[in-house]
Amino acid sequence: MSELIFEPEAAGMHTPVAPVDATHGILLYLEGVTVSFDGFKAIDNLSLYIGDGELRCIIGPNGAGKTTMMDIITGKTKPDAGRVFFGQTIDLLKLDEPAIARIGIGRKFQKPTVIEPLTVLENLELAMSGAKRLRGLMTTRMSGEERDRISAVLDQVGLNEQAQRLAGVLAHGQKQWLEIGMLLMQEPRLLLVDEPVAGMTPAEMERTAELLKSLAGNHSVVVVEHDMGFVRSIADQVTVLHQGRVLAEGRLDELQVDPLVIEVYLGGEDAHH
Amino acid sequence: MRFPRWLLSDRTGLVLLAVLMIIGIGVPALNLLVPPDHPLHLTAYTVTLLGKYLCYALLAVSIDLVWGYMGILSLGHAAFFTLGGYCFGMYMMRQIGTRGVYGDPVLPDFMVFLNWKDLPWYWHSFDMFWFAALMVMVVPGLLAFIFGWFAFRSRVSGVYLSIITQALTYALMLAFFRNEMGFGGNNGLTDFKDILGYSIHADETRIVLFVLSALALAGGYLACRWLVSTRMGRVLVAIRDSEDRTRFLGYRVEQVKTLVFTFSAMLAGVAGALYVPQVGIINPGEFAPLNSIEAVIWVAVGGRGTLVGAVVGAVLVNYSKSWLTAALPEVWLFALGGLFVAVTLLLPYGLIGLLRRRRETAS
Ligand SMILES: Nc1ncnc2c1ncn2[C@@H]1O[C@H](COP(=O)(O)OP(=O)(O)O)[C@@H](O)[C@H]1O
Ligand SMILES: [Mg+2]
Repeated sequence: MSELIFEPEAAGMHTPVAPVDATHGILLYLEGVTVSFDGFKAIDNLSLYIGDGELRCIIGPNGAGKTTMMDIITGKTKPDAGRVFFGQTIDLLKLDEPAIARIGIGRKFQKPTVIEPLTVLENLELAMSGAKRLRGLMTTRMSGEERDRISAVLDQVGLNEQAQRLAGVLAHGQKQWLEIGMLLMQEPRLLLVDEPVAGMTPAEMERTAELLKSLAGNHSVVVVEHDMGFVRSIADQVTVLHQGRVLAEGRLDELQVDPLVIEVYLGGEDAHH
Repeated sequence: MRFPRWLLSDRTGLVLLAVLMIIGIGVPALNLLVPPDHPLHLTAYTVTLLGKYLCYALLAVSIDLVWGYMGILSLGHAAFFTLGGYCFGMYMMRQIGTRGVYGDPVLPDFMVFLNWKDLPWYWHSFDMFWFAALMVMVVPGLLAFIFGWFAFRSRVSGVYLSIITQALTYALMLAFFRNEMGFGGNNGLTDFKDILGYSIHADETRIVLFVLSALALAGGYLACRWLVSTRMGRVLVAIRDSEDRTRFLGYRVEQVKTLVFTFSAMLAGVAGALYVPQVGIINPGEFAPLNSIEAVIWVAVGGRGTLVGAVVGAVLVNYSKSWLTAALPEVWLFALGGLFVAVTLLLPYGLIGLLRRRRETAS
């Protein structure tokens, strides 16, 4: 039962104690990563570097491997080949999902996933306590400091009024913000955000853009998104993924005139929008 | 005395505890103080029957903790109940001593009958009450821990897990049927005489067993209610609703599952241990897969994920069973199946859910 019960100090089974070392300005390294499902290469020799404090958008047609890439970074899928490092020193391929969450990588799922029978406040409390050991969980109380942290995040994601409501009754957009709020409670260095504005109203999209932009700098943020307008409004650095590889990387306005990108993605995408 | 908030806000739970307190005092009074010819007198038979219901209710609470809150549908919880029962049965067997049919001071009758010369190692120490009382929790807990360790770590869940739990209890049943196992084969353990020197046939002993069952149920309920009110309780709900989300928040889901599953099995073991002296026998039939399924139906009928519902369901279904198996024995299984289908379709939150809805529409 390792640390949950017996281990006195460490925060996770294999969780490195040293903080992430991003001294070279790069927080996340993916190098030559390949993963196949039954012979089909969902990720094919992919290399990608995310800078410390950077806000990066990743676009690409359906099935390009965007979600699979997040699965690899967060430990859900182990690649067949390649290296994935968090900072200079932490080999993510040696860690499991909870350990990766505890060293500071938070993930928002493509399908918004909040715990519906719990209130907004309880969802945030749940996210705050992920790194705690057994004793920290066996309590019905919350300290003043914890309360402050939660209310700061409630402010940040704009759900102050909703704190006592059940997450299940929130509007779609509010659920997405709550899930982002839950990531923030984990105090991550890196946030992976999978399709945050799918199904949002334009007003909700605008607020989400503001929120994500405000997070960059203090955190590195990787956003997977389909909506070009949204991508334009948040990021200048964009990576285009196609068939599990990086097709192009650069500023959105450059990419939009790149014939290759237009052919595989932008053209087709515009056609059915 | 000040009640903590987690208890005060639990209205139905307070009602349950009050009811348990009333019957815990009232039932013994009606048996011991009211003369036998008075219409209000409760016979020892009735007291024991009620005691049995309380044991079933504790089993139901233990199932609701893992199923209602954590989403693990265990169809093998009767195995933990029965193991607890066997542990306490072993103690009572060793108390028989020379009063058995063969009069052997150490060996239980069935071992003499099998021509065994020595007591098997695992029967040692069971002549000590404290040891048996400990094993009642340790044995089911250990089995649940080992089972959970392997099943949850390999991320077996849903229907597959339910099927494995059925297989577990079925395998135990087959094993316990064998004479070589040393648990009395298909006759099981019976002919108990006394506990700590008190005859199990005496009214007073039956009353004490009844009160202990009520206390165990109250204690088990409080422990589970407290657990689900803590942060851990929120983690359980999160595991039920989205295991992946919980993992990516940094929780080691399989450890939490193993831990709570083990605790639940220990509660079931206590329930079984109190059950056996009241019914006077334990045999491998109690491991039958159907028993575990029945217990899950009690929880569904009362209302999953409410704890109180588990108690209500266990008592109501078993009361109906006592009544129906006396009146129309062949109908019982159909009635049980029909009840389950009806509850699943019409009352997804069970009887407690119905009550809550009434109250909400009334207010
Ligand atoms: N667990 C899996 N098993 C088999 N195939 C998968 C699995 N996960 C993803 N894939 C396949 O890998 C490809 C990439 O999927 P995904 O990463 O979800 O794409 P995107 O998020 O870019 O739309 C798809 O063709 C998908 O069908
Ligand atoms: Mg995707």
